[in-house]
Amino acid sequence: MTARRVPRITKYMAARFLRRLVRHALLWIALAFALFPILWILSASLNPTSGLDTQRFIPQQITFDHYRSLFTDPEYPFVTWLLNTLKVSGVTAIGTVILCALSGYSFSRFHFRGRRLGLLAMLLVQMFPQMLAMVAIFLLLRTIGDIVPGFGLNTHPGLIMVYLGGAMGFNTWLVKGYYDTVPRSLEESAMVDGATPFQAFWRIMLPLVRPILAVILMIQFMTSYAEYILASILLRGTDQYTLAVGMRFFTEQQFNRRWGPFAAGAIVGGVTFLFLFLPFQRLIVSGLTQGAVKE
Amino acid sequence: MRSSSPIALIVKYVILGIVDAVAVWAGVGLVMAANYGLLAMLAIGAGALNVLVLSKRAYPFRYLAPGLAFLFGMVVYPILYTAYVSLTNLQTGNLLSKDQVIQLFEDRYAAAPDQETFTYRAFLDDHESLVVLLIDEITDREWITSEGDPDLVVVDRSDPQFEIDEFGALVGISGLSEVTGLQRYQILSRLETLAFPYGEEYLRLSGLNAFKTFIRRYAFDWETDLLTDLTTGMVYTPIDGTFTADDGTTLEPGYQVWVGGRNFGSLLSNAAMRKDFARVFVWTIVWSLMSVLLSFSVGLGLALLLNDRKLRLRVIYRTLLIVPYVMPVFISALVWRGMFNAQFGIVNRIFQSLFGTTFRWLDDPMLARGVLIFINVWLSFPYMMLISLGALQSIPDQLYEAARVDGAGMFRRFWRVTLPLLMISLAPLLIGSFAFAFNNFTLIYLVTAGRPAVLGAATPAGATDILISWTYRIAFQGGSGNQLGLASAVSILIFAIIATISAIGFRLTKRLEEVYK
Repeated sequence: MTARRVPRITKYMAARFLRRLVRHALLWIALAFALFPILWILSASLNPTSGLDTQRFIPQQITFDHYRSLFTDPEYPFVTWLLNTLKVSGVTAIGTVILCALSGYSFSRFHFRGRRLGLLAMLLVQMFPQMLAMVAIFLLLRTIGDIVPGFGLNTHPGLIMVYLGGAMGFNTWLVKGYYDTVPRSLEESAMVDGATPFQAFWRIMLPLVRPILAVILMIQFMTSYAEYILASILLRGTDQYTLAVGMRFFTEQQFNRRWGPFAAGAIVGGVTFLFLFLPFQRLIVSGLTQGAVKE
Repeated sequence: MRSSSPIALIVKYVILGIVDAVAVWAGVGLVMAANYGLLAMLAIGAGALNVLVLSKRAYPFRYLAPGLAFLFGMVVYPILYTAYVSLTNLQTGNLLSKDQVIQLFEDRYAAAPDQETFTYRAFLDDHESLVVLLIDEITDREWITSEGDPDLVVVDRSDPQFEIDEFGALVGISGLSEVTGLQRYQILSRLETLAFPYGEEYLRLSGLNAFKTFIRRYAFDWETDLLTDLTTGMVYTPIDGTFTADDGTTLEPGYQVWVGGRNFGSLLSNAAMRKDFARVFVWTIVWSLMSVLLSFSVGLGLALLLNDRKLRLRVIYRTLLIVPYVMPVFISALVWRGMFNAQFGIVNRIFQSLFGTTFRWLDDPMLARGVLIFINVWLSFPYMMLISLGALQSIPDQLYEAARVDGAGMFRRFWRVTLPLLMISLAPLLIGSFAFAFNNFTLIYLVTAGRPAVLGAATPAGATDILISWTYRIAFQGGSGNQLGLASAVSILIFAIIATISAIGFRLTKRLEEVYK
C-alpha cells in the first residue's frame, strides 16, 4: 500500500511545485514590467552623466548632482513649481473639505424643495469632466481677470476656483453618503440640550465624520497635484507653473541633455506624491466603502 | 429651530446692512458704466445673500450656497457657455464684439491730403497727465492741449504761467515738468494714442519728433451697416463677422457673430474636416477600448495569481505591483516618452542589442498608437488588479465547490463562474475606466502631443490625437489661430458621446435609485 502511495504523493507534490513555480515566475515578470521604468529613472537620477544615451542601468558611481542642480540651478525653477503645486493642491483640498462638509450636511439632514433635483444635478454634472469646457473656462477667467485682477488667467486663485468647482459634485455625494450613516438622534439630543442647528453640526456631526473628510482632503490633494490640462491652459508664466505643467520644460528641448535633472525631478515629484498617498491608502479605501454603505 | 441671542441678531443685521449698502453703491457705479451683465450678477448675488440670511425657509441653503456658487460658476456656467460658443465663429481674428471692432476701425487714421507738420514739447502735470505744446514753426503759432481735454488752445504768452526768457523763448510752464531727451521714449506709447481735433482733421504723432495732420480712415454708418474707407471710397459690407468689399477684399479684424450650427455642420459635411473627425473618433474608441480590455486582462490575470492566501510574498507582490498606479501620470508619461526616444531611449538600445534593429516608436502612426496603449496598460493594470482582487474575494467558495462537484474544469469554472460574477460588480467600474481613457488628455498629450502629424489634415489632428486633445489643439494650438468656436463644437459632441456611455453605465449601476430613496 505505502509503496504504491509514495509516487502518487510525489507526483501531486511535483505538480503543485510546478504550478507554484509558474505562478511566481509570472509574478516576477509582472514585477519587472511594473518596476523597470521606475528603477530606470531612479538610476538616471543618480548617474553622473545627464544624457539619455550614456546612462547605465547600474551607475558606475552614484552622484546626487542632478538633485542638487534641481534645487540650485536657475535654469530649472523646479522649487518654485513644487511649491506652487503644494500651494494650489493644499488650498484646493482644504477648500473642498469645507465646502463639501457644508453642502453634504444640507443634503443629508434637511428636507427642502429641490433637494432631489439638486442631488440628481450634482450626479449628472459630475459625469461630464470639467475640462471639456476648457474653452469656456479660459474665456471666463480672462473676463474675471479684467474685472478682479489676481483671479484671472495665470493666477493661482483663479486655478483654485476652477478646481473647487470641479470637485464639488463627486465629493458632496461622498460626504452625504457618510453623513447618512450617522444616526440623527445624536444631533437631536444635542438640540434638546439647547444647541443651535449650527452647533449641532459643528460640535456633534463634524467630529464624527472626520475620516471621510480626511479621505476627501487626500483625494482632492492628489487630483489637483496631478491635474494637467486646465493648469496648462490657465497658467501662462513660467513662475506660475505647477509641477505638472513645468515638468514638460525638461522634455521640450534637449531632452537628451536634460534627462538627468528630469529624472531627479521625476523622483522628487513622484516620491512627494507617494508619501502622501501610502499612509492614506487604507483610509481611502475604507472611507470610500463606508461612504457608499447605507444604514 | 431655536432663535439666536439678540446681540447675535443685531450683529447679523448690521453686517447685512453694510454689505447691502456696498452692493447698492457698486450697483450705481455699474449703472453709470452701463455694465448690465455684471449688474445682473451683482443683483442676483446680493439678493440671494439677503434671502439666505433673512429667510428661515432658506436655512438649508446657507450650508449649500458656498459650494453651489463654485459648482455653478466653474462647471455649470462653463458648460452652458461652451454650448453658446460652439454656435459662434469665435476664433483668432474674430475675438472682439462688433462695437469694439467698429471702434477699432474708427480709431484708424490716414495722412491728410496736404499734411501739415508741428513740432511739439511734452509736459507732465502733478497727476502724471500729459500736456502737449504744439508749435507750427512756419507761422510761429503755438497751441496747448492735454490728454484729458484734447481741444487746442492758442498760447497766450502774456499769461504768467508761461515762463518766457529774455530772447522770447518759452522755457517752461509753471506747475508742469517738461519731458525731455530719453524720457520721451517712456511716454512714447501714450503720445501715440493721442488724436487732437484740428478742424476736420486730427493731429497725431508721426515719427518721434512731430505731430502731423491726419484724417479718419474709416466711417461706419449704423443705419446702413456699411463701413466706408474714406481714402479709397471702398464700401465694406459685414458678412459673417468680417467686413468684406464687393471685390472680396476683407478687413482684419473681424468680430464675433452667431453662426448657428455651422461649426457642427462643417465637422460633419466638410469632406476634409469630416475625415479628421472620423479618424480621431475611431482612434479614441479603439484607444479606450483596447486600454480597458488589455489592462483589465493583465490586472485580472495578476489578481487570479495573487488570490491565494497561502501564496508566499503575497503582500510584497501586491504592494510593489501597485507602484505604477501611485505615480502621477504627468511623470510616468514623460518617463516613458524618454524611454521610447528613437535616438537615445532605452527601449531602442535594448532592441539594438537583442535584434540589431531599432524603431522610430513615436514617429510612426501605428507604432505610436501601440506605444500609447502599452503605456496605458502599464499605468492602469494595478487599478484593475485591485478591483479584481476585491471582487474575487467576494465570490463565495461554495460556488466553486458546486461547480467542481458538477465536473467543471479550471477554465470552465473561470468562464462560467468567476467571470460572470466579477462582471456584475466590475462592469460599472470598467465603464468608468473607459470614460476616463476616453478623456485621458494628460497621457496622450505628454507622450506624443497627438503627433505624428497627418498630411492633408484640415485641422490640427495628428495620428494619435483623441477627441479631447484634438479639441485642445484646435482651441489653443492651431496653425491658423485659435478656433474657439469649432473647438467648443467638438466639446459638445464629446458631451453627447459621454452622455450615451453614462446612460449605459447608469442602467448598470442603478445609482439613480439612491436619488429617489
